Amino acid sequence: MRVPGYWRNMSFLYRLAGWKCVHCGAFHHYKPVVCRRCRSKEFAQVELPGSGRLIAYTVVRSPPKEFERCAPYAIGLIELEDGTKILSQLTDFKENELRDDIRVEAVFRRVRINGEQGIIEYGYKFRPALSQS
Amino acid sequence: MVKLGGVAIQGYGGYIPRYRIKAEEIGRMWGQDKSGFPVAEKTVAGIDEDAATMAVEAARIALRRAGIDPRRIGAVYVGSESKPYAVKPTGTIVAEAIGASPTKLAADLEFACKAGSEAMAIIIGLIRSGQVEYGLAIGADTAQGRPGDALEYTAASGAAAFILGKTDHRAVAEIEAWSGYATDTPDFWRRPGDKYPMHTARFTGEPAYFKHIIGAVQSLLENDGYTLNEIDYVVFHQPNVKFPLAVAKYLKVGQEKVSPGLIANSVGNTYSACSLLGLVNVLDQAQPGQRILVASYGSGAGSDAFVLRVLDGILEKRDLAPKLAEFIENKIYIDYSTYLKLRDEILVR
Ligand SMILES: [Zn+2]
Repeated sequence: MRVPGYWRNMSFLYRLAGWKCVHCGAFHHYKPVVCRRCRSKEFAQVELPGSGRLIAYTVVRSPPKEFERCAPYAIGLIELEDGTKILSQLTDFKENELRDDIRVEAVFRRVRINGEQGIIEYGYKFRPALSQS
Repeated sequence: MVKLGGVAIQGYGGYIPRYRIKAEEIGRMWGQDKSGFPVAEKTVAGIDEDAATMAVEAARIALRRAGIDPRRIGAVYVGSESKPYAVKPTGTIVAEAIGASPTKLAADLEFACKAGSEAMAIIIGLIRSGQVEYGLAIGADTAQGRPGDALEYTAASGAAAFILGKTDHRAVAEIEAWSGYATDTPDFWRRPGDKYPMHTARFTGEPAYFKHIIGAVQSLLENDGYTLNEIDYVVFHQPNVKFPLAVAKYLKVGQEKVSPGLIANSVGNTYSACSLLGLVNVLDQAQPGQRILVASYGSGAGSDAFVLRVLDGILEKRDLAPKLAEFIENKIYIDYSTYLKLRDEILVR
């Protein structure tokens, strides 16, 4: 049963929103009781920027079963505008468009579908930015 | 006809997927001639897209233009005939994804291709009554045509979103008047659990599309005292290129008023998003003081007609987010077998 974990992470998966420790700056996907890194209890709500640059990527041709319908797909390491690094599936690209350092932007997509009857898990993926300038 | 006033579009956004298939490529599968297709090409949703994801993309663009705190949006209504869940409101997903959660109202609406314009009509009422401060009306569909069916050439994917609120100095366009016209006309339907719609070919034009659109438009013009000379742009539901041009001809509207909002030839029929994406394309180019007439059509059947007056806010807000033309131009052509994969027609294992 994946529903509770998906639901708890929703604001991060949907909007890249989470909680930043006021003392050490550690980013948490959902509000923890104490900071994992410094044990502080003070957090500020933040939304990571939805755009950045592709640092590196790889194309997956033999995917795990849950993503086999999407194959081939790509996974990218992205540096967001505020310097945060994030791993994400890439979408809506022509293969010759994928190059290191292109601008990418977050989009909202179906990430995992749990069979015919289960929940549809939505979340972020990144696409090549509409404007590369 | 209802003179509305006081309620305006504060932000608008259109989204279409990147994939396109040419009518010619579909025709090649079925031995159809290379001429006389209803549209030249249509959009196809990516394998990870559905009505909810496209609704979110359009809503994010609308929100960037509106520039409001999303928590002030009290109603999120998504009109669609291809919602991802049979039971679970798409509006809740959209609200969470744009930071509008918790919202007050978030039901799904279905009225074939006019569910999005009906969402606008309802939200106008909620704002005028003071029940909500802002409301988000969306039309979003991943339309399905049975392989080999005439609808396969046009059934496309896209979404259009409008954030409505009280008219103020930042508003994009005031909604001056509205009229609705609905009757029991069985031109097109889909039973529960079926993947593809059925349609009565000989009903589609005369007693369905034309009667309802002209009914809604004429009641606006006659009862609200507008003349077509005062209207600078007209946008009609566009299941193909021919029908909206035929309505314009009947109403004696020049083609120069129709062309800016006629996108079907490069997009297809995006169902609930269809006439609303035409409106988005007009807002992308209209000037303050101009008037726009929009009439949707939904099978079953009904039409909503609106008259909008463009306001000064358009100049400042238009460039805050991508225009529809940028999505129309940013395309990847696919062949018929890729199309079947994206449309979920291939059984994986
Ligand atoms: Zn800390």
